[in-house]
Amino acid sequence: MSGGTFVGMPAFPAAAREAVGDATLRANLRHATHTIRDKRARAVAELSDWDRLREAGKRIKDHTLRHLDHYLVRLEESVERAGGTVHWAADAEEANRIVADLVRATGETEVVKVKSMATQEIGLNEALEAEGIRAYETDLAELIVQLGHDRPSHILVPAIHRNRGEIRDIFRKEMGHWGRPAPDGLTDTPAELAEAARLHLREKFLRAKVGISGANFMVAETGTLVVVESEGNGRMCLTLPETLISVVGIEKVVPAWRDLEVFLQTLPRSSTAERMNPYTSMWTGTTDQDGPSAFHLVLLDNGRTDTLADEVGRQALRCIRCSACLNVCPVYERAGGHAYGSVYPGPIGAILSPQLRGTGSDIDASLPYASSLCGACYEVCPVAIDIPEVLVHLRERVVQGGEATRGGNRVTLRPAKGHAAERAAMRAAGLAFARPGALRAGQRLASRTRRLHPRTLPGPGRAWSATRELPEVPAEPFRDWWRRTRGGNSGGTTEGSDR
Amino acid sequence: MRVALFLTCVNDTLYPDTGRAVVKLLTRLGVDVDFPMAQTCCGQAHYNTGYRHQAEPLARHFSDVFGSDAYDAIVTPSGSCGAMVRELYPRMGERARAEGRGDGLARTVAPVVPKTYELTEFLVDVLGVTDVGAYYPHTVTYHPTCHGLRALGLADRPTRLLRAVEGLELVELPGADECCGFGGTFAVKNADVSAAMGADKVRNAESTGAEVLCAADNSCLMHIGGTMARLRTAVRPVHIAEILASTEEEPLS
Ligand code: SF4
Repeated sequence: MSGGTFVGMPAFPAAAREAVGDATLRANLRHATHTIRDKRARAVAELSDWDRLREAGKRIKDHTLRHLDHYLVRLEESVERAGGTVHWAADAEEANRIVADLVRATGETEVVKVKSMATQEIGLNEALEAEGIRAYETDLAELIVQLGHDRPSHILVPAIHRNRGEIRDIFRKEMGHWGRPAPDGLTDTPAELAEAARLHLREKFLRAKVGISGANFMVAETGTLVVVESEGNGRMCLTLPETLISVVGIEKVVPAWRDLEVFLQTLPRSSTAERMNPYTSMWTGTTDQDGPSAFHLVLLDNGRTDTLADEVGRQALRCIRCSACLNVCPVYERAGGHAYGSVYPGPIGAILSPQLRGTGSDIDASLPYASSLCGACYEVCPVAIDIPEVLVHLRERVVQGGEATRGGNRVTLRPAKGHAAERAAMRAAGLAFARPGALRAGQRLASRTRRLHPRTLPGPGRAWSATRELPEVPAEPFRDWWRRTRGGNSGGTTEGSDR
Repeated sequence: MRVALFLTCVNDTLYPDTGRAVVKLLTRLGVDVDFPMAQTCCGQAHYNTGYRHQAEPLARHFSDVFGSDAYDAIVTPSGSCGAMVRELYPRMGERARAEGRGDGLARTVAPVVPKTYELTEFLVDVLGVTDVGAYYPHTVTYHPTCHGLRALGLADRPTRLLRAVEGLELVELPGADECCGFGGTFAVKNADVSAAMGADKVRNAESTGAEVLCAADNSCLMHIGGTMARLRTAVRPVHIAEILASTEEEPLS
């Protein structure tokens, strides 16, 4: 992910602190996430076989990932048979170069874009800009982010951190620089904002000769790509231009057409709480006199096969980017999407980014800790990714180092810096807990000195006691009470094991 | 029935009243309670912070201490420590095996896993009681902690027990299933977000007008109670064991 947009991010706690203190942002996020999470719960409850759909989705994805090489080769054959061209990109740089070359070959300097996580992940817009090619986002929320010189903060609703007043101001100020300006006297009613965007975008659709998209699914059997969306703007980009370039992560392949049955039920219900999304567009290669006459598929790795090599972490590749985990996450709700330092925020971002990018940077080393492990994300995930399990697994990598795969090679990672004191404390605590006598001695010391204990803690504990009172140490730990009152009648066997 | 009380290191050290309440309650229900003195810590904090290897000796120690056939069950008044044993000990065993270290750990922990119960689970599922003969004349709101709710699936067991308590009025907590923000080392590593989550939980509890916020895990109660004390709210935190142990003759002090 050399996208560039998030380089040099501070670690998560520092980035989150700002958001926690921003009352408007917290109110926007709270309102948006709670509304959608309640609707999602109702939409899911309508299906009596949700658990089975969830299990089926998990199995299809796991099966495909286990035989990924096989299905990708099949996909390539199918796409080429249907008149498309397949390109393989090992990383962001290669993918960006392929796309830029393809656009340049058409002689165009403008492209329209369907909302796509993969192209954001690789920083495609910025890379094209450097080549003198302008990429126009056509998804409403993506347009708001682009016009606002901003970063996306949610997978599905990239401008979730903005309220209507802010959006009106952005439209008024920026639309004119990119094309058709906002109508005079634009207000912040949703209908007027949507109309302003529609008029602005219509010009782009009719002019564009090149469209760029991602895909939600790729069917190996037929070579078909699928985009699901709510606005219909994506379909405009997929059908009007002469050349269509789709950049898609290799994990998005499914074996057969009938597998879509599962995901086309679970994805919309999980993401927008709809029974079915308003627009499902599918395209297979090229067809004479209908749609783009040239179709290119860029298959993107960018850390995915490395992730696949990790037994525990690979389940993150099952993700269908529904964003349900973001909407239920209490940490996301308060920290906001930008604090995750990636186009993948929230719980899935906390496990995906440190795998795709490695745990080398401050932000990536802090992401596995950006969770209280409450488990709400696992509960809602339509493909049953055990996000808490992967978080703990990645924490281990951060504090202890260990084996990982980077760039296709097995490497031994050293622990991230700054954990030495914690490691020593954990080891010391482990030793004390292995010997109950030591635990008891510590408890007694704490009890005897309880009147002397400070109400605020030094060192890393200060963060705790700055906002919460510490409990008082009791006069007598339980085990002493037990020994005093019960020791005589039941201690016989158990006392013996108190080494 | 003979059970081993696994009190947890946090309760033993900081909340001995909860332990005394469990002993009183179970004894009242005719259960023979033992407290194996060699017990220490289940290793949850180690495991969750990324120190799985340091948690392994603690899992072995736990299994040595509690694995005896003399116990019909192992009971703990902590949803998260219960989940550690039941959910994560087997997982640790599997990981050790996957790392080529044999199935020693898996075999060691196997006897304690199915016998470990969180307190409310033990009362409802094993003893088959919901009315434990308690008396507690207060308005109470219940916070289902994350591990109790999701990892162990306690569902309505705690609230069924609370509803059967004489004199107790149970009021619903808005946003009940949202995390309080403790999360072990999360509270220290991400203090700002944790504090914001805690403050929201406390405000929700306050809005119910309840005198008491009850939960089945003292770690979460420590965080929530610490926030309450700082925000000077009228609600106070109480562990469910202490409410269930309270009777008209011997009310909760
Ligand atoms: S991890 Fe699961 S819940 Fe989160 S975006 Fe991916 S599929 Fe959706």
